[in-house]
Amino acid sequence: MHPVLRTVLQRLGLGVLTLLAVSVIIFSSLELLPGGFAEAILGQSATPETVAAFNKSLGLDRPATTRYVEWVTGVFTGDLGKSFAGAGGWRSDNVRTVTSIIGPRLYNTFFLAALTAIIAVPIALALGLLTALYRNSWFDRVCNALTLTTIASPEFFVAYILMFFFAVKLKIFYPLSTVNADTPFLEHVSRAMLPAITLTLVIIAHMMRMTRASIIALLSSPYIEMAKLKGLTGRQVILNHALPNAWAPIATVIAFNLAYLVVGVVVVEVVFVYPGIGQLMVDSVSSRDMPVAQACALIFAATYILLNLLADIVAIVTNPRLLHPK
Amino acid sequence: MTTEHVDIRAIRSRRTFGQNAWRLLKSAPFTAKFGMAVIAFYIFCAIFAPVITPYGEAEIAGKAYQLSSWDHWFGTDQIGRDTLSRVIYGARNTIGIAFLTVCISFAIGGVLGIYASVTRGVLDQILSRIVDVLMSIPVLIFALMLLTMFGKSIWSLIFILAVLDSTRVFRLARNTALSVAVQDFVEAARLRGEKLPWIVLREIVPNILPPLIAEFGLRFCFVFLTISALSFLGVGIQPPTADWGSMVAESKTLITFGRPQPLIPAAAIALLTVAVNFVVDWFLHKTSGLRDEK
Amino acid sequence: MKSNEKRSDAKRVKGAPLVEIKGLKIEGFSDDKWHPIIKGLDLTLKRGEVVGLIGESGAGKSTLGLAAMGYTKPGCRISAGTVNFDGKELTTASQEELRKLWGSRISYVAQSASASFNPAHKLMEQVVESACNHGVMDRAAAEADAKDLFKRLQLPNPDTIGGRFPHQVSGGQLQRAMTAMAMSCRPDLIIFDEPTTALDVTTQVEVLAAMRRIVEEFDTAAIYITHDLAVVAQMAHRIMVLRYGNLVEEAETRAMLKQPTQDYTKTLWAVRKLQKEESKGDDVVISVNNVDGSYSGLVKVLDNVTVRIPRGKTVAVVGESGSGKSTLARAITGLLPPSRGRISFNGKDLPAKLADRDRDTLRRIQMIYQSADTALNPRQTVRDIIGRPTEFYLGLKGAAKDRRVVELLEAIELDESFIDRYPGEMSGGQKQRISIARALAAEPEVIICDEVTSALDQIVQEEILKLLMRLQEQTKVTYLFITHDIATVRAISDEIVVMHKGKVVQQGLKSEVLNPPYPAYTELLLSSVPQMDPDWLTNLLKKRAAA
Repeated sequence: MHPVLRTVLQRLGLGVLTLLAVSVIIFSSLELLPGGFAEAILGQSATPETVAAFNKSLGLDRPATTRYVEWVTGVFTGDLGKSFAGAGGWRSDNVRTVTSIIGPRLYNTFFLAALTAIIAVPIALALGLLTALYRNSWFDRVCNALTLTTIASPEFFVAYILMFFFAVKLKIFYPLSTVNADTPFLEHVSRAMLPAITLTLVIIAHMMRMTRASIIALLSSPYIEMAKLKGLTGRQVILNHALPNAWAPIATVIAFNLAYLVVGVVVVEVVFVYPGIGQLMVDSVSSRDMPVAQACALIFAATYILLNLLADIVAIVTNPRLLHPK
Repeated sequence: MTTEHVDIRAIRSRRTFGQNAWRLLKSAPFTAKFGMAVIAFYIFCAIFAPVITPYGEAEIAGKAYQLSSWDHWFGTDQIGRDTLSRVIYGARNTIGIAFLTVCISFAIGGVLGIYASVTRGVLDQILSRIVDVLMSIPVLIFALMLLTMFGKSIWSLIFILAVLDSTRVFRLARNTALSVAVQDFVEAARLRGEKLPWIVLREIVPNILPPLIAEFGLRFCFVFLTISALSFLGVGIQPPTADWGSMVAESKTLITFGRPQPLIPAAAIALLTVAVNFVVDWFLHKTSGLRDEK
Repeated sequence: MKSNEKRSDAKRVKGAPLVEIKGLKIEGFSDDKWHPIIKGLDLTLKRGEVVGLIGESGAGKSTLGLAAMGYTKPGCRISAGTVNFDGKELTTASQEELRKLWGSRISYVAQSASASFNPAHKLMEQVVESACNHGVMDRAAAEADAKDLFKRLQLPNPDTIGGRFPHQVSGGQLQRAMTAMAMSCRPDLIIFDEPTTALDVTTQVEVLAAMRRIVEEFDTAAIYITHDLAVVAQMAHRIMVLRYGNLVEEAETRAMLKQPTQDYTKTLWAVRKLQKEESKGDDVVISVNNVDGSYSGLVKVLDNVTVRIPRGKTVAVVGESGSGKSTLARAITGLLPPSRGRISFNGKDLPAKLADRDRDTLRRIQMIYQSADTALNPRQTVRDIIGRPTEFYLGLKGAAKDRRVVELLEAIELDESFIDRYPGEMSGGQKQRISIARALAAEPEVIICDEVTSALDQIVQEEILKLLMRLQEQTKVTYLFITHDIATVRAISDEIVVMHKGKVVQQGLKSEVLNPPYPAYTELLLSSVPQMDPDWLTNLLKKRAAA
């Protein structure tokens, strides 16, 4: 087998294993609940009969391993179980499925993430490249201090400042990003603009610094100096010699920061009351709606793992040592 | 004697620790000095909160939602507590909890990481794989989930974050310790027949201290921000304890009326983390620079 | 060929000045200050002439070589002086003017070929890049020319090697490919920056021969930078000795070798003049019997190795990289338990694993490392470094320990003021002395010296070797001296073990091993060591061609 293929498969296998391990952790966190789940929901005064009925109606009386297998296979068929939400929800027959709750929210979150990525990635890469090329200039120093400041600030601080000035005072953007399934696309964009800008500010800082660091490492390698001393133009040095070796670090930077979005999105969605999966997770956590919380956690973790996997695979398939073995 | 050339710089005259520290501080750039001043100010506020605050932590000092005045510099909150006093008490609670969490996290992650790097073998393999898996779940998400399970008490918050964060500490401690453990002077100690405690405490730890100290600052910022975010989301530090994250959440509706109230505790958080980052940035630059010097 | 037409150009007369550097000063930036690197140097180079720049680390030879191209490393600047290349002033030239010269009329061959080739492109693409880019030839002609150059440089499979990636060929081949790359535009000047330093001696000979032949064939001027006088003697017509950014001496190669005027120049071959009288020993202190060793059980790094080490003598283990000489040391110290065979010490079997050896056995076998930078804990003072073995093995404490540390410092010719220093506050040679004192502190029977002088400058090497010999006379300690450098072997050994690919080729007294009849590998190894004779390479190549 070709080494590239072998390494990619190894990495994929590792990714699948990690995902499985993560799903076990997420699932078993439910089992760890002291006093059992029913008691936590129904209160300590619940009679044993109510508890038994509750457990039976949710299928919690069956062995944990059976339920885990069901849950995991359910993930593949899009069946994530039923929500606990709603008064007496577990007794009612028309409770909402987790999938139907998460579906539209997931779309909104991906919409926000995509919007952010479209704005942030090009700007961050460009700034990172510029600060690397004009290292130690005043431009670089200002960028360094500014990005250090945004990295260090909590997301909600950036969010409220933007909201305060651009929505409340200047009234350029909507202060709250309430959207629903019927919101037209362009309005969706403009309503999601402020959260997208907030997230952009936060990830640009990380991304720019990482890009700068990897470009500097790349440009200081001896073969770049050699290319210069061969009399190539700056353009040729960058395009022919730096770029072919830059894909792996750039992919890592992008994947790492998109994965970072996964976390940032939670707080920002809450600030702007944007109906995404982050807000849903916080709500389900507050109301102890475990199936929804688990599903959200699994989606976040899976996105995170897949993005990192993608970066690793880019690094593997662009590595000449693996592409052209001895 | 040798005929070798010795750099004049190398034979520095010996100064006391205090003199060295003072010289180092004087040479620090503006950002680092600013950072250190801010940190000192916060520590002062945290320690002397009861002395310097005009009102008590949970004292209802006036009417709700007052604007700033001479009596209440930052106004009052939704039930009439003095915002300034609560911000100062918040320094005590939020910083204290974050600091304690990072200490526990370093105790777990640092000890296991260094131990794994020195002994290698099966334990190292197992711990590293566990850490890989735990690190593939974002901390905020994981913490949200676990807090639902274990309830919203301060101790479960501290413990959960400490365990989750210790994975990062483990990885750093293991990798830096490993880079030292493969050096010849550690091998020389092994060949001499030294036992594990000597190798760890005398040969390895002194050499990984600078990166670990820097990491302590960064981990503190991260934990501090995570706690604030969790409190902001309503699952972290619970009222009536004054805490900056939950204060932002409590007053967040005011912002849509054009009042900057929630920005005050948020700015307090941002200022501290920025300050710590500035100091760490300088410290890293300084210690890595010293290593290049030889 | 186009390049041949160029060569007949009337202006390109051999002997006309090509490079003229006057009053050059270069500074480097560190610790927020500019420090001088080159302190006012002149250099004149005629067409077709090869000048050698020689000096120890920090002499500024690479900086001067690069300055001849009008280039300074990032963080350095030319603060005074002029660099004139064929009538053009380079210090004031624009980047664009310099770019047009680089690669076409001046080219560069770097020390580390594996780092200087872009890992993402095939060799051929990189070799023809200059020629195509400067418009000297079209791609097809450039490739044909490159294959011709590969052939002249005696690269294997010259027609197909260009299709390989840098990581697919060996270090010596890469270095020759880089020479082809530098030659592709038939430049007037090539800067060779320590091109063979990273290579083994047997490979070095081939690369030196190939480079010299091609420079002569195309009548190219060159600046050859190295720290090895014997190497530069083969390559250069004229030699400049540099030290701390100043010129020490400049002369024609033969004149310099015959009659150096400066004391410093003589120290450059200091080690070669050391010669210990060999003596035979029959009392065996360590014997290694039929030992196999491997890392992770895959590749055999030691293959049926048998070595006997006589008490109070110096046994030098010599070999190239991958010969297994350092692995042998690791097997004796217990760091790498042998997979087969046994090692006995004072007639008794030595436990294979380090953990199974008692403290007294550990005390009796000490080790000194190649790099004192990594062998001394940077966070411990000399008092702790040297004091620890006296405390650990001999139970000395407090004032007694300090007294012993001062005694040991005196034994290694350092005074007691060093006792509170950290390794970062000492020079390389002083650090290596501290390493020696740490080994001595255990009062051992055997000291294993693993390439202890190879990271040091020549004159410091000599001092350290003399110190080791004096200590042997005083304490009757046995040395197992691992090295790749034949001059060092000649200087200090009683017996020599030659290793190659994990096997012992030969063991015997110095006089036996260094004189014929040789086994084939010993002959190859010994004959490949450059001599202080400008005709050495020529004669060697003649002899090898005849054989």
